[in-house]
Amino acid sequence: MTEETPALVCEDLRFRYARNSAEMRFDCAFAEGEITALVGPSGSGKSTLINLIAGFEIAASGMIRFGESDITGAPVSERPVSMVFQENNLFSHMRVFDNVALGVAPTLRLTGEERDQVETALASVGLAGYGARLPGELSGGERQRVALARVIVRRRPILLLDEAFASLGPALRHEMLDLLSSIHDERRMTTVMVTHFPEDARRIAARTVFLADGAVVAEGPTATLLDHDMAPEAVRSYLGEKAGTAG
Amino acid sequence: MASMMRKRAGPDIAASLAALFLLLLAAGAFLPLLFTALPGAGGRLTDALGDPVIWRSLRFTLVQAALSTGISLVLAVPVAAALHEFRGFPGRDLILRLFALPLALPQIVAVLAIVGLYGERGVWSRLSDSIGLDFPSIYGLTGILIAHVFFNMPLAVRIALGGMASMPSEYDRLAHQLGMGFAARFRHVLWPFMRPALMSSASLIFMLCVTSFAVVLILGGGPRATTLEVAIYQALTFDFDVVRAILLALIQVVVTAFAYSLLTRAGGSVSSGFTVGVLRPFAVRHTATGYLAAALVVSFGVLFVLTPFVVIVWRGLSADLAGLVLQASVRRAVTTSLLLGTLSAVLAVVIGLAFAAGVTRRAAARRFSGPQSGAERLFGQMSSLILVVPPVVIAAGWFMVIRRFADVYAAAPVMVVTINAAMAVPFAIRLLQPAALSAAERYDRLCRQLGLTGVARLRLVTWPLLRRAIFLAFAFSLALSLGDLGVITIFGSQDVQTLPYLIMQRMGSYRTQDAAGLALILCVMTMVLMMIADRGSEPNRVERTSRS
Amino acid sequence: MHRQTLFALSAIALAGFSHVAQAQDKLTVYTYESFTAEWGPGPKVKEAFEATCECEVDFVSVADGVALLNRLRLEGGRTDADIVLGLDTNLTAEAKASGFFAPHGLSTDAIDIPGGWSDDTFIPFDYGYFAVIYDTEAIENPPTSMHDFLKGREGMIAIQDPRTSTPGLGLMLWIRKIYGDLAPEAYEELQKRVLTVTPGWSESYALFTSGEVPMVLSYTTSPAYHMIADDTDRYQAAAFSEGHYMQVEVAGMTTKGADNPLAAKFLDFMMSPAFQDIIPETNWMLPAAATSEPLDPVFGKMVQPEKSLLFTPEEVAENREAWVKEWLGVMSR
Repeated sequence: MTEETPALVCEDLRFRYARNSAEMRFDCAFAEGEITALVGPSGSGKSTLINLIAGFEIAASGMIRFGESDITGAPVSERPVSMVFQENNLFSHMRVFDNVALGVAPTLRLTGEERDQVETALASVGLAGYGARLPGELSGGERQRVALARVIVRRRPILLLDEAFASLGPALRHEMLDLLSSIHDERRMTTVMVTHFPEDARRIAARTVFLADGAVVAEGPTATLLDHDMAPEAVRSYLGEKAGTAG
Repeated sequence: MASMMRKRAGPDIAASLAALFLLLLAAGAFLPLLFTALPGAGGRLTDALGDPVIWRSLRFTLVQAALSTGISLVLAVPVAAALHEFRGFPGRDLILRLFALPLALPQIVAVLAIVGLYGERGVWSRLSDSIGLDFPSIYGLTGILIAHVFFNMPLAVRIALGGMASMPSEYDRLAHQLGMGFAARFRHVLWPFMRPALMSSASLIFMLCVTSFAVVLILGGGPRATTLEVAIYQALTFDFDVVRAILLALIQVVVTAFAYSLLTRAGGSVSSGFTVGVLRPFAVRHTATGYLAAALVVSFGVLFVLTPFVVIVWRGLSADLAGLVLQASVRRAVTTSLLLGTLSAVLAVVIGLAFAAGVTRRAAARRFSGPQSGAERLFGQMSSLILVVPPVVIAAGWFMVIRRFADVYAAAPVMVVTINAAMAVPFAIRLLQPAALSAAERYDRLCRQLGLTGVARLRLVTWPLLRRAIFLAFAFSLALSLGDLGVITIFGSQDVQTLPYLIMQRMGSYRTQDAAGLALILCVMTMVLMMIADRGSEPNRVERTSRS
Repeated sequence: MHRQTLFALSAIALAGFSHVAQAQDKLTVYTYESFTAEWGPGPKVKEAFEATCECEVDFVSVADGVALLNRLRLEGGRTDADIVLGLDTNLTAEAKASGFFAPHGLSTDAIDIPGGWSDDTFIPFDYGYFAVIYDTEAIENPPTSMHDFLKGREGMIAIQDPRTSTPGLGLMLWIRKIYGDLAPEAYEELQKRVLTVTPGWSESYALFTSGEVPMVLSYTTSPAYHMIADDTDRYQAAAFSEGHYMQVEVAGMTTKGADNPLAAKFLDFMMSPAFQDIIPETNWMLPAAATSEPLDPVFGKMVQPEKSLLFTPEEVAENREAWVKEWLGVMSR
């Protein structure tokens, strides 16, 4: 077990989508400044969990703690969270620069210094000079980079990603993961990454939490949790056969 | 290969047939009338065009319609924004159901209720008298605008809400996460989705106001406020000047079609509907002023729409409701209204789906991106133009046609059903098309790949996805038909009596209390219908906007 | 599309069926809808007439008198009607000119209306006078003459549009009859008293009874309804010294009816007390011929105009368009 203090804790978080759907129960902790992957079969509640953390869903009971503060009931805008979705991260009628600038000032009135911040962020994701373009002119990967640039300028301590790179091809996905990793190295945000690619977790996530049927089933260091031989039973059936060993 | 081509042409054929049906309905009205009196039509046209009364009527028609539309939209924006922002607003569902009611009221009922509130001796007038203020007279353009806003603002609110509900949920969530204040949210997130919805409703509202009859005549205060519809009515019924009636109707259609095309060019298309959205609520920080402003705005909106209904209920309760319900004629009228209304609604939904299929097919062809094709726009416009051809003209023309082949009285129900259906189609389309488009966008390719076509596709894919929209379209069409009075005046007889017909009948025989009671019954029926529709359209599983 | 075919087929089938099932002795009467309503004269008239013959009376109702004539026009002269009941004298000239009607060939001695009656095609069945009806709780000094009314300023009136309503036309003709070519000046005064102009009688009467407006253009017999049915004296008619304009409602035999002996029988019946008795308290108009008993005393309290004003049908037919235009010209300023 690592020694990092759990920064983001979900205590007995209970949630139901509707009166007649199953109750989900989340009990987990995310280490501070670490990248944690959230994996599990579809329907296991991965997106639900991060939506609860972000405040886009309201838990029926339970607590979400970040450090010392209880953020369970906090309004969305007051949570120390930035979130990147799989798509629609950018407002399609606003230029790239403005989309990132929203992370600095939601009124889009920036000082000179703030404008520089935006430009720097764009540069750090490899999109220097793209400020005047519209999202529609960019590729999927480029759009996600802009979203990451906005994350950079927002400087929130928690970053949530909801299958942010799932619709990109493998090479591009790896590129984006590496970019994410480098941003993380610099900023050390507590990052929770939902993905349905276990190799994403293996690539950049120190820890992994495994969900099934609306509850946390296993959690631990990625290396052991997602190893075909060392993984717990539930995870192994999710992982399936190791590539190259199928009979 | 040939069979695949035929299958793909299916939606096109359906849509074209639907369009043809509507065209035939309208044209069939003009043609026989035209043939009865074609010689001399040219001279009559110049006569009509040279008549200053006609020009005055035309100008007034357009002005009051334009103002009504503008004001309805302007007032709808804050109400819709408030309801969107505050998703947990107490009684939100009730409010939205209330907002679906005004259009289903027969004009005369609503007008008398409005007079009861805003008239010379209305509630507000008496209140202001008691505090020594002078309440302005509504007879004139003011009254017309009030009534039109009463009918149309709620509709615009629902359409605007539907437009906003169609935004990607990520936009909704990001806007709050980024800490955007209301002004920024409105500018960048709400308005871009409200605007196309509003423009689409603008064309509908405009045309409803152009053909407004009872409202203009009673609240207009005098012949100063005269629309082309009056002249058409007069020409056909009082003068039996058939040529003049057609010519005026043609002028009305042409001018309105022109105005409509301008409006749609301004950014409106039938792409946004008025389903009530399913954006999920979450914890948002609102300012105190935000709460206050929203509460005020919604309260005013609700009061404005609710108060005439209170008058209707109040007056209705003073009637002998028990006695009315026992009367055979009333029970028969209720049954007739429901029966004919249901048939109209079904037909309207079928036609609406046909149109939607055609438009969807075209949209699929251009991969759902880029500007709409000409055919798409045409389908959209065609469905709405029927609103502008006066039902009185359609009914008269068809009367003459049917007369040659069959018993007119037996045909009365058919005509009532088809014409009411045609009038409901523009509404049905605005409900069905967006749902159809989004369903097709999601599953069209998959269906083609799986070879899922025809009835199977309808049953397995279209129905579950469009179920909600179909329910709502059906309910709306039924409500509209219930309150309609147009066709029945020409085809009416003792055998085909609907509730509005009965209301007019009672009013025409000194029995105003009976009429009030019947009006209440009609309102209750419509409210119940809307409730059933809203319940029935609730999805079995909550629509989740996030993947797991 | 299936549904439409189904309905068309069934409509045609029904039509065929109905032709087969036609009763032997049937009389088809076209009339306006308040006539055939449950509380109107229709049901009682049907019962009374069917008692005198081995026949069946079939009422077909349309909206009002104007719609009656239009229904005949729409039917192109091949109407099912034997009798058309409910036109008024403003329409009879056009109706005669249409060629749809046949001379009745009956003696109209039984008809007793002010100004007498002599027409070979139409027979009156009731008549009434237009009057300004006022709310006694709102108007203290009702006008006693048209002149008084036009010049007065106590309270406003709801009137109807002469282009779309017979009472509306009636008021216009009334003023025209009194003032002749000076009518435009009269209209100018009228305009100052008018709250609104409605498309039909129902709307303006509803505005009146709801208290919105203290006066309405209606009939001298309107208060009788309220006295008998609602038991109230609240609404009264203003008696004008210049006289009141008449509305005479007539019935006539169509060319088809000329072949049906029942038609002439019905018209005869119409002039008899058996029919006329029914009229006052169901149609709220005055009987055109003798009744077997005197009218309800309430009718005696109604305004009895000193003079009965009426244009001949020919005068109306000739001048209506021009007169309405004149009215419009002033009232729409």
